Amino acid sequence: MAEQATFSLSWALRMAWRDSRGSRHRLLLFVSAMVLGIAALVALHGVGANLRKGVDAQARALLGADLRLERDAPFDDLSLLLDTIGGQQAQVVYLTSMAYFPRTGHVRLVSVRAVGGPWPLYGQMQTDPPEAADRYLQEGGALVDGSLLDAYGVRVGDSVRIGRRSYPILGRLVQTPSESAIMALAAPRVYVPLAMLDTLLLGFGSRAEYAIYFRFDDGRDAEALGKALRDRLRPLRVGVDTVEEIRENWDEVLRNLYRFLGLIGFIALILGGIGIGSAVHVYVRQRLDQVAVLRCLGATPWATFSVYLLQALAMGAVAGLLGTLLGLGVQALLARLLVNFLPLEVTLEIERSAVLLGLVGGPVFTLLFALLPLLPVRRVTPLRALQASVDPVPVKRDWLYRGAWLVLLAGLTAFAIAEAPEPWMGVAYALGLILVLGGLVLLARGLTSLLRRIMPTYWPYVLRQGVANLYRPNNQTSVLMLALGLGTFLVVLVLLIEQTLLVQVRQAGGPGRPDLVFFDVQPDQRDSLRQLIEAYGLSVVEEVPIVTMRLAAVNGRRIADQLADTTVRLGWAFRREYRSSYRDHLTDTETLVAGAFTPVVAPGTAMPPVSLEEEIAAALGVTLGDTLVWDVQGVEIPTVVGSLRRVDWRRFRTNFFVLFPRGVLEAAPQMYVLLVQAGEAAPQVQRAAVEAFPSVSTIDLRLVLQVADEIFQQVARVLHFMALFSVLTGIIVLLGATTVSRVAREEETILLKTLGASRRQVLQITMVEYGLLGTLAALAGVLLASGSATLLAAGVFDTAPAEPLWVLPVALLGAAGLTLGIGLLSNRRVYNRLALDVLRAAG
Amino acid sequence: MMLQVAHLTKTFQSGSRVLTVLEDVSFSVTEGETCAIVGPSGSGKTTLLGLCAGLDLPTSGKVWLDGHDLTVLNEDARAALRNRLVGFVFQTFQLLPTLTALENVMVPAELQGDRKARQRAMALLERVGLADRMHHYPRQLSGGEQQRVALARAFMNQPRILFADEPTGNLDAETGAVIEALLFELNATAGTTLVIVTHNLELAQRTGRILQLRAGRMTADVLHRTTLRAAQHG
Repeated sequence: MAEQATFSLSWALRMAWRDSRGSRHRLLLFVSAMVLGIAALVALHGVGANLRKGVDAQARALLGADLRLERDAPFDDLSLLLDTIGGQQAQVVYLTSMAYFPRTGHVRLVSVRAVGGPWPLYGQMQTDPPEAADRYLQEGGALVDGSLLDAYGVRVGDSVRIGRRSYPILGRLVQTPSESAIMALAAPRVYVPLAMLDTLLLGFGSRAEYAIYFRFDDGRDAEALGKALRDRLRPLRVGVDTVEEIRENWDEVLRNLYRFLGLIGFIALILGGIGIGSAVHVYVRQRLDQVAVLRCLGATPWATFSVYLLQALAMGAVAGLLGTLLGLGVQALLARLLVNFLPLEVTLEIERSAVLLGLVGGPVFTLLFALLPLLPVRRVTPLRALQASVDPVPVKRDWLYRGAWLVLLAGLTAFAIAEAPEPWMGVAYALGLILVLGGLVLLARGLTSLLRRIMPTYWPYVLRQGVANLYRPNNQTSVLMLALGLGTFLVVLVLLIEQTLLVQVRQAGGPGRPDLVFFDVQPDQRDSLRQLIEAYGLSVVEEVPIVTMRLAAVNGRRIADQLADTTVRLGWAFRREYRSSYRDHLTDTETLVAGAFTPVVAPGTAMPPVSLEEEIAAALGVTLGDTLVWDVQGVEIPTVVGSLRRVDWRRFRTNFFVLFPRGVLEAAPQMYVLLVQAGEAAPQVQRAAVEAFPSVSTIDLRLVLQVADEIFQQVARVLHFMALFSVLTGIIVLLGATTVSRVAREEETILLKTLGASRRQVLQITMVEYGLLGTLAALAGVLLASGSATLLAAGVFDTAPAEPLWVLPVALLGAAGLTLGIGLLSNRRVYNRLALDVLRAAG
Repeated sequence: MMLQVAHLTKTFQSGSRVLTVLEDVSFSVTEGETCAIVGPSGSGKTTLLGLCAGLDLPTSGKVWLDGHDLTVLNEDARAALRNRLVGFVFQTFQLLPTLTALENVMVPAELQGDRKARQRAMALLERVGLADRMHHYPRQLSGGEQQRVALARAFMNQPRILFADEPTGNLDAETGAVIEALLFELNATAGTTLVIVTHNLELAQRTGRILQLRAGRMTADVLHRTTLRAAQHG
């Protein structure tokens, strides 16, 4: 008669509870490793879901209308159509121009929004004072971005001059429905009434964008109308936006944003998982004898396994609960950090999906990482109760163990894919992470094995013992290397990438390079502006002519015909306006990649060769020998692609997609860009130029750098916030691992004291062990981060990586100090224990 | 027949070497019989005990426990059989450190889903003289007390056969004698078959039969106690 195996869940639950006695505080420490990762997950998903709701609720306000038409020319020719569409209408003209604040003397390139009609048609502009939002249109005043007013010490009541017109500043702009604060930082906004705008700013060469906003209160289907208009207005180069499109665009932006942040937070989750996995490994090893006894008493392998599985699940559930609570608390902080990037008013609510994710994610992630160390419990033979030396059957032959590895890797990859903005990013991320983790473990093993081999026998005992602790049984070297290494890796990588980007921005300037650009300079202003510049003792470094043009045909196919054909989707490269130039040489920011650059052609050459920037050529699908016909303000100029160039756009220079040889465009209507090396004189020259030439705009490189820095700081703050979860998790894992290590080593340390080791020697052994571990981990983390930063810099940012020398010593000191501190702290009780304790324990 | 062992051989692979721990061991134990397995260290006593109790499988040979061929049962079936038929007493007591004395005794019955485990465990603990120590954890008990708890646990499921591995080996003489007396008393009352592995000749002599192992082979199967000493020195 075959016996029936007995297993009851209630027994397993009871045993799991009993077995946890005396270890619950330790289990709680392991649990806390997972808490922060779950909290990051919950906070991000909570904020993400709230933002999506915000977009849904405020989609109309985000557009400011039911429908928007936009183009880079006035709508005068479409007035009949506009009348037919009807509804409530408002017009806004967007342009950049110089703002001059006479009281303080400051000048600054700003984004001017000239508003005609009651814009926004949905939502409200927030101003200080609030009534200014309505008054500026009636009273011919201006609303200016608060950050700009603060930066220059300008007050409400002062005036601002744009072009040849002066406007009283009636209020500071706090928030508009469709623009984020970070956008204002890059290009501060000034709102003025359209009727009061200096028409000079809309004259020849103006880069103004025109938009008509519609609001329909007659229940009309604005989406259907938008669709119908889109096809009809395409040949006229009119863009049509509807609320649904705006909603979809913002949804995508937000999804990408919080998914990207999610990938940073994910590291905290993985670190926590590694911490839990390692803790469970040691916890289970310490219980092998008890498992064997239970097996002797008749518990089946799965029954004993279930006892520890239930404990892991309970740990996961607690982690999920605490993580969810913390995440809900943290989401307010995160939302505050993100709010500058978004034009949304976010009302934070408890998101059921985020709560569910946290509560389910806790046990699931814990299980993913705990399963591997738990599975060997099944293999514990009851014989171990009689003979303690019997180890579990090696896991190498356990197909379930292999399966658990697969589940872990597949689970993490699936999660990364679900979190990443694009599936390939998720796969790349998971692979990258596996490589980094694998690299850290290999480095850990390699370095310790090297130490083991080269360690001379004549070294002092404490040194040898400390080093030996890194590879002796019960060591936590791998997990500490992972926690510390991954933490160091993350911090150093973020730092290196930040430095790389900052250096990249700053490289734009530099001694001897132009730092002030005058653009929109009309031919009749050119000589007077030169004289003005020279009056300040400065000289024009470069003068660049600009000719605006559009593509009329590509390889014989007319663009206008294709625009009229609704079955053809034409890319932006075919439809855009090109601001091209001509010269007889390439600059140091250009590299010829194909063909030969033709400097000059004889006047009247039938098909002059032009040089295209390689990426625009790819977007147009053309290469050497292809023909392009340009519409240069009504005159068609056929050309052939003579060469392709690579352009370094990051440099503070004028660069062009299309470059003509001399001898073609000289007679075309054109404007000029003047590059000046102004140094400290920049503000004065700018001020004088704006006063003399109101339509000329200037960009000051120092201001660009300052703005880039500020934007960068805000982005960095969000990144640091997410990285903080991982760093804190790393510290908790470190604390957990040193505690585990202490428990495993306590008896041995006391035995050492019994054999005559002094308190000082025991302390020194710990210092050597943890100091070395911290140094090795930091070294591994810095090496991997440096390698990854180099790859990212070359592959993503297309630049050389910044490798500041101070990073290595700071990371080494930081990681080694932290490890040493935590190691000494968690072992503090051991140093003071009496040697007698070991005898008592043995008795 | 309660326990029947036929041509039992157990070998271990140690690197490239094959280590034979037991070689062609055969014997049988009838129901209610008490016997001791004696022999020097490394003779294979504990390995034999483990195989008899179904804790491990032999390399060759057969073991029948209450008519069940342990060598053909899977791990779960052997566990269930152990739970129903077998009681264990270990040299190092092997109490679960996170369970109280009472809970330790209850475990075998709880594994069967017995709802009256608590009452019976309390009665057994009273019987071994630990009525006032039921809620103490193993570390709060002396060695003798721990082994008494282990005895109570061993009898909890009213096993048909009890395997004891050096039950007094970790105790001083006085405490050992008390435990020894308790073991035989409980065994006599329950009528359980008893198999003891021991170095202690006095303890072995209290059983009705002595099996002697040397270097993995059975060298004596002595029913008459008085001939033991001669066999030992012969």
